Amino acid sequence: MNVQEPRFSRRALLRRAGLFGLAASASALLAACAGQQATPTPAPPAASPTPAAVASPTAPPATPAAAPSPTITVGPAAGEIVIGILATLEGAFALYGEEAVRGVELAVAEFGGAIAGKKIRLVKESTDATPQVAREKARKLIEQDKVDCIVGPLSGDEGLALRDYAKTVPDKTIVNGTSAAQDTTLRDPAPNFFRFSTDGVQWMAGLGTYCYEVKGYRRVATLGEDYSYPYSQVAGFLLEFCRLGGDVVAQFWVPIGTKDYSSVITSMPSDIDAIYVILGGSDAVNFLKAYAEFGGKAALIGGSSTVDQNVLETKGPLRERVIGIPGAGPVAADNPDPAWQSWVETYRKQFPQGLSTPSLFCWGYYVNAKGLLLGLRAVNADLSDGQKKLQAALAKVEFDGPTGHIKLDKNRQAIANNFVTEVAEGPNGTLYNKLVKVVEGVNQTLGLPEDKYLSLGSFTRDNPTCQKIKQTFGS
Amino acid sequence: MSWPQFVTVTLNGLTLAALYFIVAIGFTLIFGVLRVVNLAHGSLYLFGGYLGWSVADRTGSWVLGAFAALLVTALAGLVLQLGLLQRIHGQELREALVTIGVSIVAADLMLARWGGFTYDFSPPKVITGGLRIPLLDVGYPRYRLFVLAFAIVLGLVVWFVLARTRLGIIVRAAIDDRDMVAAVGIDVQRLFALMFAIGAGLAGLAGVIGGSVLSISSGEDARYLLASLIVVIVGGMGSLPGTAVAAVLVALVEQYSLALFPTYAAIVSFLLMVVVLALRPQGLFGRPA
Repeated sequence: MNVQEPRFSRRALLRRAGLFGLAASASALLAACAGQQATPTPAPPAASPTPAAVASPTAPPATPAAAPSPTITVGPAAGEIVIGILATLEGAFALYGEEAVRGVELAVAEFGGAIAGKKIRLVKESTDATPQVAREKARKLIEQDKVDCIVGPLSGDEGLALRDYAKTVPDKTIVNGTSAAQDTTLRDPAPNFFRFSTDGVQWMAGLGTYCYEVKGYRRVATLGEDYSYPYSQVAGFLLEFCRLGGDVVAQFWVPIGTKDYSSVITSMPSDIDAIYVILGGSDAVNFLKAYAEFGGKAALIGGSSTVDQNVLETKGPLRERVIGIPGAGPVAADNPDPAWQSWVETYRKQFPQGLSTPSLFCWGYYVNAKGLLLGLRAVNADLSDGQKKLQAALAKVEFDGPTGHIKLDKNRQAIANNFVTEVAEGPNGTLYNKLVKVVEGVNQTLGLPEDKYLSLGSFTRDNPTCQKIKQTFGS
Repeated sequence: MSWPQFVTVTLNGLTLAALYFIVAIGFTLIFGVLRVVNLAHGSLYLFGGYLGWSVADRTGSWVLGAFAALLVTALAGLVLQLGLLQRIHGQELREALVTIGVSIVAADLMLARWGGFTYDFSPPKVITGGLRIPLLDVGYPRYRLFVLAFAIVLGLVVWFVLARTRLGIIVRAAIDDRDMVAAVGIDVQRLFALMFAIGAGLAGLAGVIGGSVLSISSGEDARYLLASLIVVIVGGMGSLPGTAVAAVLVALVEQYSLALFPTYAAIVSFLLMVVVLALRPQGLFGRPA
């Protein structure tokens, strides 16, 4: 008779295809909305898995859960400390995740892989940079893999989600990775969430001043992805730039993962000196490319991840477009500080396939892991009392990292140095962020009076405005 | 919106539509003939892009990279069809699951081989740079216009093949009634394998063409699968004109909303799909079952 079975109907297929599409769009929408609701309320521990985690067949492929192989015991064996690493090891931020894991491994290697005779075992878990998945994976690490502490997450909204989650597991300790939304520690902080890395506002310290005074920019537009971390970055830039007298003409917020920036560029006002751009990974590359193609005239100013080392090592003809772009962040590739130089040396030795210099993601996970390990050492790796002793010790940890001294404030948030940089070409043709200026001991309010600073309110896509900053602090 | 801005945004929409069309055409051909919703289509796109980049980097020829991408992904598609999908032909759920599985494995393999770096192509000088469009009086990147022209030519070629050649007649017959086609003595399995290879090859080629408009990086596979799904669902599965019209519609909507209210741009294209599905569940050009 005929081939195979004749039973499929076109309608059923259409319906199924539609379902796939809808599931996919549902998850994409969820991801898009996640940027807007900055603080997801903590769900009860027995909550069902989030739709984004399971619903969509087209969502970025989930990395197979790190199923414990038969030789590895689940949970801490006697004389062992288990640390979970939470980072994005898939999708557009995969490279950042790789760098993050390197950071933790560098710190662990520095301690010889053990604290007070207890071996350190690392369990990696991948997220997709959305708060829902970050939360699920953190729960999986704690409930299933029985980790003692978590280092992570990587992205802004994830940090807010884990701060809320941390409150539900008071006898576990979470130290940040590189997530840099300011509110994670500034407002309503969790007692067992520690951040030895600086946040998105702190990373901008010095840039607004440099752009106003040295570059002479007066009128700028801003372009950023629409979620908590870029809100912090833009605010950090404006806090300096506007107080000096600069103006913001227009602000653009695009959904995460926007690839085609041509129409956004077309909509930019023409009477501006510069555009402040805060985009991540390949989105930044796409923007820079389109901006050059469409003959953009205004100068560019980079946020901390826009001209990060990961972006600078893009394969292809990127270089003409980025040289000279000023930016700021917690690392500068050519920092002459011997501590930095020797750290870079160690990085290159341990990861010959890594970047030419470690990125801020490697730095963030490194300093956070190092802070945690120092805390563990201070209590002789004693976790018996619901980690109370460890958490008390962590709050007091101070150390000299590769970029200078790091200590925590009352909210368990780092006070550390920051660097203003400019993209330059190295002798061997690689691009790097050249050190322009060091800003020392940057705290979370950029040295501004705390009560006035807090009165600005949470940073969102339309707060703070230049005008509000000028009113609050006087220009 | 000023006049130059309106023209530019419209051109952006049309050129993005061209890109969507090039990606989605393989997807819709495969569905039209084989009734397989190939959820690994995005992976073929990304694979083509990476591969094309590597070849272009080695040989210094972008054109060679594009050809390599076309051929190798066509081969990959052939292997996928003959090795996996042929055995489970007609079992829709299994086909969907197998292609999802392939896409997950492929994503991790490509991540291992090419890393998380972003890859940026350098197309030949002839088709890059800016161009002053005479009548409209706006400057526009030449490469994007090339993509538009390429999509139009590709659409015409596919239309010609479908409408005028023996292969086209068989394909159209197979879309309408595969059992009859098999009954008159045509080797359907060979036709299926051929169509899958062509569809996959076009996805790979799109990887290079599209990768040169934007860039290639891990995660693009899911994005282009989603774009193809939206375009094909709006246009009607298996319909060539439907794909073209839907690509234009989806891309224009996306670009206008990015220009007018960027914050909500992500939602608008899905709204378009919801509206179309609500009013015409079979898509704009799809035929009701």
